[in-house]
Amino acid sequence: MSRVLVLAGGLSYERDVSLRSGQRVIDALKAVGVDAEMRDADLHLLPVLREDPPDAVVIALHGGIGEDGSLRGVLDLCGVPYVGCDAPTARLAWDKPSAKAVLAEAGIPTPEWVALPHERFSELGAQAVLDRIVERLGLPLMVKPAQGGSGLGASVVRTPDSLPAAMVGCFAYDQTALVERYAAGVDVAVSVLDVGDGPTALPAVEIVPNSGVYDYAARYTAGVTTWHAPARLDRGVAAEVAEVALAAHKALGLRDLSRVDLIVGADGEITVLEVNVAPGMTETSLLPMAVQAAGLDFGQVLATLVQRAIAR
Amino acid sequence: MSGGTTLDDYTGRYAQRIGGMTASEIRALFAVANRPEVVSLAGGAPYTAALPLDAVGEMLKDLMSKNGAQALQYGIGQGLPELREQICELMADVGIDAAMGASPDDVVVTIGGQQALDLVSRLFLDPGDIVLAEGPTYVGALGAFQAAQAEVVHVAMDADGLIPESLEAAIAHLATQGRSAKFLYTIPTYQNPAGVTLSEERRERVLDICEREGLLVIEDDPYGRLSFGGQAPKPLRARRREGVFYLSTFSKTIAAGLRVGWILAPHAVRDKLVIATEAQILCPPHFSQYAVSTYLSTMPWREQIKTFSQLYSERRDTLLDSLADLMPPGMTWTRPDGGLFVWATLPEGLDAKAMVPRSIAARVAYVPGTGFYADGTGQRHLRLNFSFPPPDRIREGVRRLAGVIEQEMAMRAVFGSGVGNSAGSVWPGADNPGLA
Repeated sequence: MSRVLVLAGGLSYERDVSLRSGQRVIDALKAVGVDAEMRDADLHLLPVLREDPPDAVVIALHGGIGEDGSLRGVLDLCGVPYVGCDAPTARLAWDKPSAKAVLAEAGIPTPEWVALPHERFSELGAQAVLDRIVERLGLPLMVKPAQGGSGLGASVVRTPDSLPAAMVGCFAYDQTALVERYAAGVDVAVSVLDVGDGPTALPAVEIVPNSGVYDYAARYTAGVTTWHAPARLDRGVAAEVAEVALAAHKALGLRDLSRVDLIVGADGEITVLEVNVAPGMTETSLLPMAVQAAGLDFGQVLATLVQRAIAR
Repeated sequence: MSGGTTLDDYTGRYAQRIGGMTASEIRALFAVANRPEVVSLAGGAPYTAALPLDAVGEMLKDLMSKNGAQALQYGIGQGLPELREQICELMADVGIDAAMGASPDDVVVTIGGQQALDLVSRLFLDPGDIVLAEGPTYVGALGAFQAAQAEVVHVAMDADGLIPESLEAAIAHLATQGRSAKFLYTIPTYQNPAGVTLSEERRERVLDICEREGLLVIEDDPYGRLSFGGQAPKPLRARRREGVFYLSTFSKTIAAGLRVGWILAPHAVRDKLVIATEAQILCPPHFSQYAVSTYLSTMPWREQIKTFSQLYSERRDTLLDSLADLMPPGMTWTRPDGGLFVWATLPEGLDAKAMVPRSIAARVAYVPGTGFYADGTGQRHLRLNFSFPPPDRIREGVRRLAGVIEQEMAMRAVFGSGVGNSAGSVWPGADNPGLA
């Protein structure tokens, strides 16, 4: 029987979410007979990897080292296989502006954007830059940290005078802000899975937050968001959404699993907002919902991904 | 799931008061605060490592061998009689004695001070009732009052604690609306979170006002024995037999983990408290009560409180010195003579809650002021704890925090966006001179 180490916790803003993801992964793996143990990515990790290496690692760390490729790089150095994409790919996909550039280059629609570190605002004059942003991208705008997740530091800006506060809120979480044209429409998430036959798109999950905003509370409080899995899309649109998500997964060179967040506009136009290399695995997370909607067993899926990682 | 799922099959069945309970990103950020990499000035924990743990272990072993079967049995709702007698001896030290009407018969033992607050709320508060409380006040008290669906009206404080004129004005203001408060909740000594103490002179004035207005006083006194040098003014209950209920706890003087506190209330109220506590918990934990009682009768507990006070006093000094050395201009803070906390106010335009992610990235944690106001104002303030982190960590924490504040100031300077209502709000129209 394989021994799996699930890495969860970390020091990112998403530690709490990560611990919940980690526990869910442990429970699912144990339910299918896999020997799984959870551990934080701290000073004790490398001695454990050296003295008692697991057969594979599942990374349930969100934000920071879990997604930016650095931990994957360390696992490569230790020769420990892990589920998910490799270090350079994670580094690229984790940085939203870089990932958007790759998507745009591949012809995959993503909202027009600009990414700016906070120094540019002080050097060039914040108001002048903000005015230009509004002039070019229009309103409403979406402001979010260039790196990060769970909706932390993200806000929708509907009036020019609320933009400075949104920038300050965003810069509390990251050095660089991504400002993009707000894409209105139906929020859907497509999980992409590769259990051996190439990447496959699972049924899209539609997200309808009661408050209208899919913020931190809406993501992690059961009862305040309605999820539809599969999403209430026409068959043709659903197929197109799946195709776009697969294209994004491939364009970024992802492996094993990913989650692509998209918007389906009123006119059926599909845009990709972002791609996640270490998707949430909590009770209210989208990938486990999609797995269930596809009629698959979450534990079996994870166990298969673990076997693929070991065999690589 | 074609109709969709909220992942909560019980939506629509919850009580109204549960409505606002959602996941909070601030609470989530605090998941990081307990990691050893982070200097946490956020907690409110006593430094239990300073207890003579080996001796306490022997004491518990002895308790089990001599009285184990009884200690592990159910107790009575009001609490262990011998412990209630010891509590009265303790209270007599600070002037709440038999002459002031304190009797073991009128003490109800609770699960820490928090259950005492919950019981008082259950007994006295109907939905929509008003509670007067210092602004800022203890977050756990706000939780208890809010669970009872009461409305909290904050009364301004300054460096000498609650301002009597503000209390009078708040009462008068409510009267113009045809309303009156059910009680005044106050932590007069080494207040949490502000660290300030109601002065000797003001104690009498506050009591006179409450007496005149027929306003019940709930006095919460968890920190009164943790004095640094001087002696704390006598509790309010030591000055009035009537109209003051006294709440305290062993959490800061012995050990928070034992969860033993108490209420001293008049006879008629005590009866109702016992019925309410029996409905809630049957009886306070018997084992914990035996442990506290044995500790009080066999261990040098007064010396131990001196040890705690000495330790916290040194840490308070480190915190105040570090703040003076490292904080940017425009930052102010209180100077507590006891207790566990310093209340700090950021330079104008800064928001302590919005600054939390930046501080977590810098590996330092504090509690933003917004938690200590019922309406979530108080963005400019933060509470800093000095009882738990050792001095070198306190200094390092302040160094990191100063860096965070400087970054935040730079950011605000660039974007010119301040926060609207940045100081904590007291009742509408009140003059709030601030605490520091």
